[in-house]
Amino acid sequence: MNNRKIEVLVGFFIAAGIAAFLFLALSVANSGGFSNGDSYRLSAKFDNIGGLKVRSPVKVGGVVVGRVAEIKLDTNSFMAEVVMDISVDYKDFPETSSISILTAGLLGEQYLGLEPGFMMEGIETLKPGDYIQDTKSALVLEELIGQFLFSQGGED
Amino acid sequence: MLLDWFAGIGRNGINATMTLGRAGIMLFNALWSLPNIRKNTPLLIKQLFVVGVQSLAIIIVSGLFIGMVLGLQGYTILVGYGAENSLGPMVALSLLRELGPVVTALLFAGRAGSALTAEIGLMKATEQLSSMELMAVDPLRRVIAPRFWAGVLSMPLLALMFSAVGILGGHLVGVEWLGVDSGSYWSVMQAAVDLKDDVMNGFIKSVAFAFVVTWIAIFRGYDCIPTSEGISKATTQTVVHASLAVLGLDFVLTALMFGE
Amino acid sequence: MSAESIVELKDVTFKRGERTIYDQISLDIPRGKVVAVMGPSGIGKTTLLRLIAGQIKPDLGDIYFDGEVINKMGRNKLYEARKKMSMLFQSGALFTEMSVFDNIAFPIREHCKLPDDIIRSMVLMKLNSVGLRGAADLMPTELSGGMARRAALARAIALDPALIMYDEPFAGQDPISMGVLIRLIRELNDSLGLTSIVVSHDVSEVMSIADYAYIMANQKIIGQGTPQQLLKSDSPLIHQFMSGEADGPVPFHYTAEPIEEQMQEVFC
Ligand SMILES: Nc1ncnc2c1ncn2[C@@H]1O[C@H](COP(=O)(O)OP(=O)(O)OP(=O)(O)O)[C@@H](O)[C@H]1O
Ligand SMILES: [Mg+2]
Repeated sequence: MNNRKIEVLVGFFIAAGIAAFLFLALSVANSGGFSNGDSYRLSAKFDNIGGLKVRSPVKVGGVVVGRVAEIKLDTNSFMAEVVMDISVDYKDFPETSSISILTAGLLGEQYLGLEPGFMMEGIETLKPGDYIQDTKSALVLEELIGQFLFSQGGED
Repeated sequence: MLLDWFAGIGRNGINATMTLGRAGIMLFNALWSLPNIRKNTPLLIKQLFVVGVQSLAIIIVSGLFIGMVLGLQGYTILVGYGAENSLGPMVALSLLRELGPVVTALLFAGRAGSALTAEIGLMKATEQLSSMELMAVDPLRRVIAPRFWAGVLSMPLLALMFSAVGILGGHLVGVEWLGVDSGSYWSVMQAAVDLKDDVMNGFIKSVAFAFVVTWIAIFRGYDCIPTSEGISKATTQTVVHASLAVLGLDFVLTALMFGE
Repeated sequence: MSAESIVELKDVTFKRGERTIYDQISLDIPRGKVVAVMGPSGIGKTTLLRLIAGQIKPDLGDIYFDGEVINKMGRNKLYEARKKMSMLFQSGALFTEMSVFDNIAFPIREHCKLPDDIIRSMVLMKLNSVGLRGAADLMPTELSGGMARRAALARAIALDPALIMYDEPFAGQDPISMGVLIRLIRELNDSLGLTSIVVSHDVSEVMSIADYAYIMANQKIIGQGTPQQLLKSDSPLIHQFMSGEADGPVPFHYTAEPIEEQMQEVFC
């Protein structure tokens, strides 16, 4: 085999490797947009976050606008504090917006549902680092059943 | 009795340490000088051909089949939970994080690693390395270094191709044959796969494996007993040691990267 | 050390594990001469050449090459020194992955920046001198043992070194090519002003071209001198070797316990 042919084949090999990488980066992976500089942070406190995890999506009307960046316990209030990376493409949510922990399907992954509030004069928009005040915790099946039984008992 | 046992451990420990030392010195001597671009590039290209291009077929075929098997197995398991839409991330994540780097490294050890060991061992046995040394050409730089770099460069590329082909194989079985929705295969996959955490970490793994496997293969050849028996033993050792090293290292890297 | 010798060994002792190969030997290789080194098989002649080339280091003593101690050189100096010497290996040691032509071009390409056509003519000249110009495009595996040896010789002389060490250059050669090789070694030596060390068992052939000869046995140099001196020597050791007698002061057997004892173990 002559040198020229070897060079061509090696060139092809390297190109194929790069093509594979581009395919994986562009078609297979989300290009990690939210974890890079082009996002801002919002926080929210919940009584109970259920099965929410870091990297769970944050959705508005089903559209993913961000991801959970960090979950910690606020030791003053003993509430769960969730920090989210929201893409800068989606900003100026009103401060009356509410956020709740939802479940995709009956047994699916949990995610954050952000519901924008009313836009009115005098109502500020959420700035990077702000807390969303209106939160609804995760539904915990055991608690739900307990409440149900309790209310049943109350009626009798 | 007991003393013998300790002596055995001690002997093996000393031997292992000395072998590691020799391997380290070999690699250092082969790589520490600045390469001469004009002379070394053609050598590197030649070795990229031998080590990389010639491993392409086995990598592509294995990647395709593993992806197809993942598609099939994943589908049968996921469909029981009504979660067949998660087939995409299942296939992609298994390939990118584990199977791509690991299986590529194992195949590479068997295909290219053993060939490297045998080739270098035979060059040693037929005094080709000695005679090169006497022509004032350092075999470590002329023979060992280009083979090492070729291995380190080509294996990560092969692992990327393996994963890419595997994902397409999973698509073939899951979407084309079993009827998972094509849109959800890709979009759920995209939502779950992260460039940095999954693609890049897998890539880093394969670079680490490439380093270890090529190093073992080259050292086993360079250090072999220069007889036909010695070469065959060295070749076996390359495959065994490289595979074990890859699996062990994989656990460590996985724990570091994905464990919390 | 005298300026006339290119290689000089001073009280060199070399051991392989427990076994002593050389016990305090000293020898001189005068510049510009053909020096023969003879001795029974396994006595350490190849080892001697490797010592001179700095591939292995003596346990005691020093080896001088061109005025410098080769066994104390750093890597870079050693590689510089090796550019001035070359060695024809007992096995030939051609690079199996390249053609005969590329084998001979290898040292030239490694060490000199020359245009392709000059390299080509240099290589063909060397090949012609060993009678293998027609085999330039063959691969080493396509050569016979004797042809491979001659091709290796062409490679060894490719860069016109100051010192050439031939390890068994005549083994496997037919009478014609043997005659050519003998003359070639002599001619190269004289026309290029080289020094040659020829290791060989072919006493009469090597004696016909050697200016000086060493005979080694029993970890020592047992005889040295010009061929005439050696042939006339009345030492029984030298006499045994020169005329090839099995029994004598030089043992044919590798060191072992007496055969009766070893066989007894088998029979009892
Ligand atoms: N790599 C080695 N390890 C251990 N011992 C060796 C090694 N190489 C050679 N020897 C020993 O050194 C001795 C000298 O070997 P050497 O090859 O120099 O012999 P020689 O004189 O060239 O023999 P021949 O004429 O058969 O080529 C031999 O007896 C051999 O047993
Ligand atoms: Mg020998």
